[in-house]
Amino acid sequence: MSRNRQWLVLSVLLFLLGGLIFGYKVVRLGYPPLPDVSAEVWLIQARLQMRPQDGPVRASLIVPSIPPGFLINEENFISRGFGLTVDDVPFKRRANWAIRRLKGNKTLYYRANVIPDMRRRGFARRPAYPPVPQLEEPFATALTDIVVEVRSESADTESFTSAILMRLLDESPDENVSLFLSGVNTTRERIAVAQSLLAGARIPSLQVHGITLQANVERASVKSLLAVFNGDDWLVFDAQTGHQGMPPEFMIWWTGKGDLIRVSGAHLDDLQISVRRGSASALELATKRAEKKGSLLRLVSTLQLPIQTQAVYEILLLIPFGILVIVILRNLIGLSSFGTFAPVLIALEFRETELLKGIVLFMLIVSLGLFFRFYLERLRLLLVPRLAAVVTIVVLLMTVISIISNEMGTETGLSVSLFPMIIISMIIERMSVVWEERGALISIQEGLGSLFMAALAFLVMSIDLLGYWAAVFPEVNLLVLAVIVALGRYTGFRLTELRRFGQIAHDQQRKGGA
Amino acid sequence: MLRRVQQLKSAGVLGMNRRNGDFILSCNDRSRYPLVDDKVKCKRRLQQKGLAVPGLIGLVESMRMASRVDEILVDETEFVIKPANGSGGDGILVITDRVQDHFVDNDGRLVEQGELKHHLTDVIGGLYSLGGQPDLAMIETLVHFDPAFGSLTYHGVPDIRVIVYQGYPVMAMTRLPTRMSHGKANLHQGAIGVGIDLGSGVTVGGVAGNKAVSTHPDTGAAIEGFCIAGWGKLMEMSASCFEAVELGYLGVDIVLDRDLGPLILELNARPGLNIQIANRRGLRHSLDAVDQYLQETKGQRMSPEQRAEWSGHQFGGHAIQ
Repeated sequence: MSRNRQWLVLSVLLFLLGGLIFGYKVVRLGYPPLPDVSAEVWLIQARLQMRPQDGPVRASLIVPSIPPGFLINEENFISRGFGLTVDDVPFKRRANWAIRRLKGNKTLYYRANVIPDMRRRGFARRPAYPPVPQLEEPFATALTDIVVEVRSESADTESFTSAILMRLLDESPDENVSLFLSGVNTTRERIAVAQSLLAGARIPSLQVHGITLQANVERASVKSLLAVFNGDDWLVFDAQTGHQGMPPEFMIWWTGKGDLIRVSGAHLDDLQISVRRGSASALELATKRAEKKGSLLRLVSTLQLPIQTQAVYEILLLIPFGILVIVILRNLIGLSSFGTFAPVLIALEFRETELLKGIVLFMLIVSLGLFFRFYLERLRLLLVPRLAAVVTIVVLLMTVISIISNEMGTETGLSVSLFPMIIISMIIERMSVVWEERGALISIQEGLGSLFMAALAFLVMSIDLLGYWAAVFPEVNLLVLAVIVALGRYTGFRLTELRRFGQIAHDQQRKGGA
Repeated sequence: MLRRVQQLKSAGVLGMNRRNGDFILSCNDRSRYPLVDDKVKCKRRLQQKGLAVPGLIGLVESMRMASRVDEILVDETEFVIKPANGSGGDGILVITDRVQDHFVDNDGRLVEQGELKHHLTDVIGGLYSLGGQPDLAMIETLVHFDPAFGSLTYHGVPDIRVIVYQGYPVMAMTRLPTRMSHGKANLHQGAIGVGIDLGSGVTVGGVAGNKAVSTHPDTGAAIEGFCIAGWGKLMEMSASCFEAVELGYLGVDIVLDRDLGPLILELNARPGLNIQIANRRGLRHSLDAVDQYLQETKGQRMSPEQRAEWSGHQFGGHAIQ
């Protein structure tokens, strides 16, 4: 029993394995299951304009590193004449440009190509609890008062933070709060105040800075947010509105109290961040994404191979589909052909010639070949030399056809050279044997049958979707294998057998009726 | 279509897929195939077991021997050339007479010496062998078929095919050559298949192609109700082949020689399914009956005679309605 069911287990396992790899690549790595899907990319540019003062110039720009929800695909620094180093600290990644002497105004660029990424990722590690700030009076008392008051009105970190922000945003803040707010103008300053107040309750907090990715923004403004740690997660608050939650399409550029740009030895005229939306092939992006993530499953695709090899594998990986067609035609339908898988090889050549022209060429070569084969028969050559002669004749025929078609100005005959001459020669040989043993009719019938199977295999193999899958999701061949294994244990009738045993069925019907 | 499937199922028809998957793959050990695929080995094996086979005149193993085949054939006027590993009756040349330097085949056509040698080299080269490997050409004595079959054949030797399952004959038919089949006993090529009642050896039914027939198209003789003489002996011979080659699902081809009686022509590890059409009956009910009987008589060793007798009883008396 267990041995009898093994095929089923194997088939199901293969099916699941293929399906899982396929699913993972689609869902987690974002490989598009259908060809020609384009995906969003953001082109981000930071432009720095400087005017020289004196002495060596240093410019240090924070650049995005690993923003959650996005992936930096490509980036480049355009800074002729400057020395460039990059400090690769997550979320505080700095590009440092330096030059000993700057002549005239200079513009530096940072450009990045950002793609969406489904994977969830945090923007900071689990923090330590901050100490309560040591402040002078009256600040110390005010801080204690605010903390005590807000704590009584709130239940957890989230509501505590909300309440603090509401107080800071209040049009007419109370005494304690106004004490802290005096001289505070910018959002970043307000966030800094909120951070001090939160520290009073020993709540870890973090400044988060970034931009909203919108279509074609010439001058994107950096938005600062407040993040607090509730013991498990970082919660993000908009310090301008008090709302909780990450704004949509918000890309974190950096975190912490550092400044986006620091320049010494020159005067910074302008720092402009612009965003442009573009589109790219979803497939290309998925590949890049998988590469960045170092996912090993990206290797399960032919896209990693050199181009010429890719072209070969695109065809090779299609063969199982053609084979599957043959299995179905033989074991479910009940057709037969010259050579078990010869039709698949012929079908491969149809890819070069197109179907109709391919069929015509095939018939032309086979019938001419048969003609010569019958002549050779009369010479009574030994088997192997005779086969060799047939192969040679086939090659010559192909050459002649190519030359003639070239003279006539059509290209069809040129692709003929890719026909599998050995296969054709074997078919000619088999056909001539069947011709002599069983008659011309059966021989031609079987020849046309092979051609029909080749045409069907070709039609299946030329389905664009299958070609795409074969290249991008070679694991679909595991599914094909699963089906082939299952078909290998199909012991029911073949379609042609219903006709073949028609007489018996007829008798049975009469018996049943009587 | 589904109804047709249902009808065939209840008639117990065995399909190609089931034959291959459930019977040939599980009953026939691969290592024993050469014993039947190689007709020379098969012949020797059957002779060892005391079963009657057509005599072997000689073997042609090399091109050199092919060119000197006249030395082997010097005294022969009638013989059959067969590829040792041929299939489906391809590559068989039947010589029935000799006119001076030339031979005459069973269609009455003149065959020159050179043509004969060329045929031998084709056979040795592997043109007719399974998979195209180099082969041997086997020269056998010609079977003189029993004149009792005279009215039932056209230019050729009718043969009898018995399917033997686990040593038990389960179905039999005779194949009658016609003008269309060029004297060959091959149903694909137009020969007529006629079922044989296992109990009595009387022919029943009859099929040409896929259609039922009741008379021979060339001789006009009725093909049903013909009794094959010595049927019991034939059943025993078929059953004995199981011991000889130990294949669980076996086709035994037998010819009736005028002088020598039944001779085993060859064995087949992948016998065709047309026998069901000739008998107008499916094989599966019989196969199941044998399985059941094997269950009941577990461990008991039956002699070929006992098995043949059981089969005759069990499967005899089937009449076509």
